[in-house]
Formats: sequence, C-alpha cells, structure tokens
Amino acid sequence: MNYYKETFSENTKMAELVISNPKLMLTLSRFGIELGFGDHNVKEVCEKANVSPSFFLLICNLYSNPNFIPSQDDIKSVDTKILSYLLESHKYYLKEKLPHIESHLEKIIEACPEKFANTINRFYKEYKNEVTSHFKYEEQIVFPYIYSLLDNSSEKSFSIKEFKSNHTNIDDKLNDLMNILIKYLPADIYPKERIEISLDIMEVFSDLKCHTLVEERVLVPFVELLERQRYENK
Amino acid sequence: MKTNKLIIVEPSPIISAGLIRYLEDINQIQIVSVLDSAESLQEKIVVHNPDLLIINPLIIGYNNINLFRQFTQNNPNILCVALITTYIDRVFLKNFKDTIELTDSKQKVVNKIINLLNNNEETTQNDTVELSNRETEVLVRVAKGMTNKDISEVLNISVHTVITHRKNIVKKTGIKSVSGLTVYALLNNLIDESDIN
Repeated sequence: MNYYKETFSENTKMAELVISNPKLMLTLSRFGIELGFGDHNVKEVCEKANVSPSFFLLICNLYSNPNFIPSQDDIKSVDTKILSYLLESHKYYLKEKLPHIESHLEKIIEACPEKFANTINRFYKEYKNEVTSHFKYEEQIVFPYIYSLLDNSSEKSFSIKEFKSNHTNIDDKLNDLMNILIKYLPADIYPKERIEISLDIMEVFSDLKCHTLVEERVLVPFVELLERQRYENK
Repeated sequence: MKTNKLIIVEPSPIISAGLIRYLEDINQIQIVSVLDSAESLQEKIVVHNPDLLIINPLIIGYNNINLFRQFTQNNPNILCVALITTYIDRVFLKNFKDTIELTDSKQKVVNKIINLLNNNEETTQNDTVELSNRETEVLVRVAKGMTNKDISEVLNISVHTVITHRKNIVKKTGIKSVSGLTVYALLNNLIDESDIN
C-alpha cells in the first residue's frame, strides 16, 4: 500500500523542483546535471544529461518524503546510474563536507582545555574512520558485486542480503557531535564558528539520512531484482 | 500531550475486547499490544517500551509475586494496573498502581487511567531535565567502556534495568553513541581523562 501522493512529474520545471526542496540541489551534480537549465522541465534536462527521468524523479521523491516506499515499477525504472550516483555522494561527504567540518572543528578543539581536546579529537577521528570504512566496504565489495550482476560476468560469492544485515548506521555519531557542540561545550569557545559548523553538520546529517534511504529502499530492491533475474536465466 | 503506550495482558478475549472498547475514547493512550498470556510479555516490553501495563494478576501467578515486585521496582516508569476478574489476595495487589474490576463502569475506568497518567506525567516531567543519581552512575560506567553485564554486576541491578537507564540517558542527553557519552561525561566533569582507556 502506498499513501504517497507524488509531487513532482516529468513536466515540472527543473528550477521549480529545486527551489521547492533545496536539498535536491545536492543530488543534481551526482546525476551529472549542471545548473543553468533555464525554464526547461525535468524530462528535457534529464534527457540532455542522459539520465532516465523516472529514475531521477524516484530519487527526488524519496528525498522529499522519507515515508515514500517505491513500487515494483519504480524499482524497474532504476538504471545503472545509481552506482555512480552513490559513488558521487560518497565523494561529496569524504572529500568536501567532512574536511570542511574538520577544519572548523580543529580550530574549536584547539581552543578547548587540553583534557577535553584529546577526547573530542578522538571522538571525531573515530567517526571519520567509521564513515570511511563504511563507504569502503560498499565501494570495494558491494558495488563490484552489482557490476558483476549487470554484465553477467563471473559469479561472486556475495548476496545483497549480506549488505542488508551489515548496513550500519553512520549518522548516530554525527548527531552526537551536533549535540555536544550545541549543548555541552563551554559557551565561550568560538560561538560563531560553532553555529556555522552545527548548521553544516545538520545539512550533512539530513543528506546522509536520505542517502541511507536510497540504499535501503532503492539499491537493495534493485539488486534483489537483478539476483532473481540471474537465477531465472540459469 | 504525550501519547502513552499501553500493553494489555488478559486471557479472556471477551474481557480484553470490552476493555479496549472502554479505553478507545482516551486519546492519550495508544494500545500497542494485546496479549493473552505472559509468554512474550518481556519481549513486547523491550520492543515497545510501554508507559502503561494493564494485566490480569492471574497471569502472573502467586508463585511469581517476588519476580513481579522486582519487575515493578526495576521499571518505575511503567504504570502497572491490575485487571481483576476473580478474587485476588490483597498482598498481591500492593505492587500495582491501581485496579480495574469487572463491575467498574466505563466512566470509572476512564477516570482511573486518566488520573494515573496525569500524575505520572507530572513526576516524569520534573526529572527529565537532569540525570538521576542512578543514571549518572550508569553513564559514568558506560563512558569508561564497561559492558551492560559488567555494570549490572557492579551496581547490583539487572541487565534489563541497565538498559532502561541507558535509554533514559540517551533521551535526556540526546547522545546515542558510547564515545559520544564519554565526551559528555568528560565535559561535565563526571570522569577524568585518565579514566578512559
């Protein structure tokens, strides 16, 4: 059963879609879509960028409504671009967002009394390692497996079930860091910087939550479909 | 107004259906589970973390009075109400916050439940701001890296109670991970840097 009322369609103006939910701005570049699309609609912009409009809309709808459960037809519309899409999001977190947060955080940590500094620093490093190894697992084990299903090459002894049961939560510590910065760090430590970094963390936090939804509600059923097809073709 | 989660445990389907009809007008409560035996009760309590438990004392049985007393002491945030369908020794009823009897009118049952919830809301609201002493004791040990089992042994409480304290700590501080709680404990001078390994 699907209680969701679709908001965006192929005829929606791309600019309208992005302005109605600015979070979607981040997804554009992951699809290889650049700004400057004038008054063109979703279908036109997607086709120009060689992206399936229905797949693009599926991601946008999921981003805009966390209760959205894709239908079987939605899953059939997924194209292999999902892998480059996810890879691009990983890059965005690791290469852009985390270093940005880190540089602000370093300044804040420096200003902390030494006994706090070490522990906060260790806390952040732990989080960074957790995220890095989470993405590494996906990029080195899960994605190559999916490619092997797509081009029907040698069978790997892996199943998306394993991914499902191993998929860990990587936003808890980010939530904790936000709470520490907002609630518990002594008031006099870089107040302005802290506001800025807290806003950054909130943005990453909400984007990561959507990223997880894409993996769990789109990637997993998509790969399950591929696995069934492979099994039937045998 | 907060929604309170309710679990009903009553062997007779006629009685539980009647009770549900009585309660359906109270919008402060949400019935999360209706059981006819105590078999999966422990599990349901962990899953739903209910605020209210309406249970027929017959299901607990006289032999388990002590177990039940422990349960109520370990879970002070769960309000237990006895649903009386037959004669029950008064000693048994001491562990319950209130009783519902088969002869009670709808209005009487509704009033009992609403009073109970309102009193409870006042007391819980008072202590949601700061950690209780017990919660602080648990937090310090979590921050030092101790497991739930170790903590239960040191503080002489059940693992289940440790888990309840931990849930409340997360609720109050907003911090979910162990390493985040370590930072919290340090910033609040509850532990020393040398305590962390």
